Amino acid sequence: MSNHPENLRYSKEHEWLTAAADGVATVGITEFAANALGDVVYAQLPEVGTTVTAGESCGELESTKSVSDLYAPVTGEVVEINTAVMDEPALVNSEPFDGGWLFKVRITDEPGDLLSADEYTAFTAG
Amino acid sequence: MSSTAAPRRTALDALHRSLGATMTDFAGWDMPLRYGSERDEHLAVRTKAGLFDLSHMGEITVTGPEAAALLNYALVGNIASVGVGRARYTMICRADGGILDDLIVYRLADTEYMVVANASNAQIVLDSLVERAEGFDAVVRDDRDAYALLAVQGPESPGILASLTDADLDGLKYYAGLPGTVAGVPALIARTGYTGEDGFELFVAPGDAEKLWEALTEAGAPAGLIPCGLSCRDTLRLEAGMPLYGHELSTSLTPFDAGLGRVVKFEKDGDFVGRTALTAAAERAAAQPPRVLVGLVAEGRRVPRAGYSVVADGQVIGEITSGAPSPTLGRPIAMAYVDAAHSAPGTAGVGVDIRGSHEPYEVVALPFYKRRK
Repeated sequence: MSNHPENLRYSKEHEWLTAAADGVATVGITEFAANALGDVVYAQLPEVGTTVTAGESCGELESTKSVSDLYAPVTGEVVEINTAVMDEPALVNSEPFDGGWLFKVRITDEPGDLLSADEYTAFTAG
Repeated sequence: MSSTAAPRRTALDALHRSLGATMTDFAGWDMPLRYGSERDEHLAVRTKAGLFDLSHMGEITVTGPEAAALLNYALVGNIASVGVGRARYTMICRADGGILDDLIVYRLADTEYMVVANASNAQIVLDSLVERAEGFDAVVRDDRDAYALLAVQGPESPGILASLTDADLDGLKYYAGLPGTVAGVPALIARTGYTGEDGFELFVAPGDAEKLWEALTEAGAPAGLIPCGLSCRDTLRLEAGMPLYGHELSTSLTPFDAGLGRVVKFEKDGDFVGRTALTAAAERAAAQPPRVLVGLVAEGRRVPRAGYSVVADGQVIGEITSGAPSPTLGRPIAMAYVDAAHSAPGTAGVGVDIRGSHEPYEVVALPFYKRRK
């Protein structure tokens, strides 16, 4: 059902990641994850300047029913966060791959198991 | 509980799936959690109308010359005083006063009642009623499979329903029920609900459920009616300050502990299960109040969840029983049992331990939301 943009890479914790430009990539959660969460009502994002570590929690997303950890798909320094999402968390649901992006990270290391769009589609279908 | 068994499906299961519902296992039933945005569903019920499948609720019919006497003995309320065509919110307790379930009892005829139990407790309620019926000239019948239950809730619901029935809805008061026909389908039409809004619950034969759902959808769409799942039902009842069994109510609490001592009718004739223990519980509650059920409203945006500690001055003073972001208030809200000393509305310095950080909360009187009549 979810359509996964071809130009992104994906983590098994359902984050997406753009191709890095000047070493900086944009991170969000997938439509699949947003649908599973339901309406997101609060986003706690990592602070600019902090270092996030691939596979480790770097924030949280609250929905009506639950709170979920936000995992960093790569290791690096957070250079920008989406303040629009903090004001309007519903953007994560309405525009998960676009206006609902969460933070930008200057990548210092990335794990070898990031998925392509096709691989992520297969992963979520399984 | 037979939690290992495959979940049961309601008569509307295929319809929910065709609507793209996200389903969830609830008390052994596969039920719609939401169809789209649960916030939109919540606001539709507050401002227009919502349509729910509540077929998981457990119907038990009690008939016979001593049906009223049996229910007066088995339940804490004065069921004999309920008029024909009326309904009553009540509870069934153990001999030690602990709450087994909260119920709505409809008096369908002079010697016929329908007891509606929570899905999670329906078997326990049925077994208890059968056991307590010994010696009474009354029959307890398991009617869980005899009914599908659809609810139309929200300010537009009277108009929507009126377009599909000749029944006298104006004459049907809150907590009343009458047999009628809706969209050509025989139904028990009850003016009850669990949302804090005006609305109706329609008990019909499972084979008629789809026809009724589609008729209500068609008649309601112009007024803004949308299908609604259990997720928004939970936030609606929470805003309305209504307890949910397993959260605010349990066997370890008496109705007096839950602030609902008014449902216990000591003045009724004869003995009833729990009378002695509840008399003591009432005296205890009056002399030395136990923890008190209060409302909490967040100053921030982090959401309290059931089981989180309520704190003051670094001490644990209570526990959250239900919590959610409130679509109506735009802030997180919760119900919690807190020590009586901290239970007055406006009490300063109360917080909730949200994963290690103490977030400030305001103590308020329940409910959070009351509709304008």
